[in-house]
Amino acid sequence: MGRTLAEKVWDDHVVRRAEGEPDLLYIDLHLLHEVTSPQAFDGLRKSGRQVRRLDLTIATEDHNTPTLDIDKPIADPVSRAQLETLRKNCAEFGVRLHPLGDVEQGVVHVVGPQLGLTQPGTTVVCGDSHTSTHGAFGALAFGIGTSQVEHVLATQTLPMARPKTMAITVEGELPEDVTAKDLILAIIAKIGTGGGQGYVLEYRGPAIEKLSMEARMTICNMSIEAGARAGMIAPDETTFAYLKGRDHAPQGEDWDAAVAYWKTLRTDDDAVFDAEVLIDASELAPFVTWGTNPGQGAPLSASVPDPASYEDASERLAAENALKYMGLTAGQPLRDIRVDTVFVGSCTNGRIEDLRNAAAILDGRKVADGVRMLVVPGSVRVALQAVEEGLDKVFKEAGAEWRHAGCSMCLGMNPDQLAPGERSASTSNRNFEGRQGKGGRTHLVSPQVAAATAVLGHLASPADLSEAPATAGV
Amino acid sequence: MEAFTTHTGRAVPLRRSNVDTDQIIPAHWLKKVTRDGFEDGLFEAWRKDPEFILNRPERQGATVLVAGPDFGTGSSREHAVWALQNYGFKTVISSRFADIFRGNSLKNGLLTVVLDQKVVDALWELTETDPQAEITVDLEDRQVRAQGITADFELDENARWRLLNGLDDISITLRNEADIAAYEAERPSYKPRTVQV
Repeated sequence: MGRTLAEKVWDDHVVRRAEGEPDLLYIDLHLLHEVTSPQAFDGLRKSGRQVRRLDLTIATEDHNTPTLDIDKPIADPVSRAQLETLRKNCAEFGVRLHPLGDVEQGVVHVVGPQLGLTQPGTTVVCGDSHTSTHGAFGALAFGIGTSQVEHVLATQTLPMARPKTMAITVEGELPEDVTAKDLILAIIAKIGTGGGQGYVLEYRGPAIEKLSMEARMTICNMSIEAGARAGMIAPDETTFAYLKGRDHAPQGEDWDAAVAYWKTLRTDDDAVFDAEVLIDASELAPFVTWGTNPGQGAPLSASVPDPASYEDASERLAAENALKYMGLTAGQPLRDIRVDTVFVGSCTNGRIEDLRNAAAILDGRKVADGVRMLVVPGSVRVALQAVEEGLDKVFKEAGAEWRHAGCSMCLGMNPDQLAPGERSASTSNRNFEGRQGKGGRTHLVSPQVAAATAVLGHLASPADLSEAPATAGV
Repeated sequence: MEAFTTHTGRAVPLRRSNVDTDQIIPAHWLKKVTRDGFEDGLFEAWRKDPEFILNRPERQGATVLVAGPDFGTGSSREHAVWALQNYGFKTVISSRFADIFRGNSLKNGLLTVVLDQKVVDALWELTETDPQAEITVDLEDRQVRAQGITADFELDENARWRLLNGLDDISITLRNEADIAAYEAERPSYKPRTVQV
């Protein structure tokens, strides 16, 4: 019987398989950041262990880093201490680090792919649940806890139970105004926040094959929001073209050998998935969340649902709690929801294509009075590219704040936070209670919806911007 | 890791689904670089409400958390497990746990027990009616027992063995160091490298 993409990559990394034990899996790439690594390095020190493979390990700073005044000492002493701990640990153990101020610094899941380190058929781990992002390259990539970070540092392996596989086939074509973010939010709403538990998802079908690498990363990034540790997309010419020539992509004969292997990384025609989900892309529309978990979403044209309409008691209670927290009423049109803040950035939507998409809508328009818009590039490289293309000017002229790279308001570990009761349209990945600041209320949206929302001051899609921008066509 | 064999204690019934790790321990607590001192951050936002179940006098000293489905979703932060343990919880019962949280819990000796929602409902009713009611989680027999309730649970034999003995994963893996070295010797040269060594 044939094998799925996930099974092929899994099988190629089994170091040891024994009856009654989890497989011991080899890890090709280990990404580190300041938040989930300090206790792991401490563990190594206590047991007198070293990092086994420094050449498969890389660190950057992203969660705590400020997006303003980065040339000054970090104001929050606790954040500063955590970054200093990472620097000390990397120096002591010899790990390559890209600290704040370095040209390769940025959100860890933006940095890996842009350096060409994330490659098809590799296993990638990081102490961060959005490691699923790297699955866009046909890598088996998943988030791990700090105990596992220590385990990988010491052994370059992880004992893992073999996951089940789920195909998410997206037939048809996405309508012109529908993005990868709308698609993944619709998938999560369909299968639920627990729908992918125990599975590796494989996104496939014609609508997926047409997507750029950036869009594929947006999709795989949010696999964890559907409960799946990992999501994958089979590598193809789009993948190879993205990788070719990057700093750490293979070269010469190695490139040819790598591509020959990468081309084998497709689910066989006779392979059987443990579960299958079918989505018709042509039926989709811009999608936003109204609740406090990423599964609580609806098309922008819909209204806030009535909790009483849920048959399941626990879903009904969750919807009631969500409406209360979000300050929304059942039946209220989603388009009527006004926001104070718009955030464009994060490992979900902080790449160059995302910034281009948001800028295209803001070009010649203004951010509405009373709305604060933050644009935070996913990495320094993304920021430099955006400046080269003049996108920073578009954002600034529209009245948005152009910031330095980092995780920023996605999780509010740095000063970029919502105040209690404030409401955001955010291109990030989680609308949990308090995620973007205590008492803050989050609506997850695409970069295009974020930009249109910033202009109109309420949740909106580009189609709602009936008037042509002042400098259209420039 | 602390071994887990059997535990008996009073419970906190938490009637909420999708309790994500941002609720269990908010992000600003993650700046700490130790594994302890997270107890005050546990469910920090909800604990501001004096009526929140964890704040009730009759729940003080409880060690068994009985939660709604999809407990521990979201971020991979192991700090969520440490916060529950620092606060005093020894075990969490739910009908469904998020994968990463589950993995993290078992690596720290916090036993996460999956039971049918019907049994969870029964445990909620029992412990809400009688806050003094005790729940026993017996890993040797893979069974949960409380007044009028007996339910078996599943846990794979390998995870059970490691928990019962409080074994450290890294030492177990390093017993097979020769297998790792053999695998490394066969890795293709086109695989990515972060530095030349």
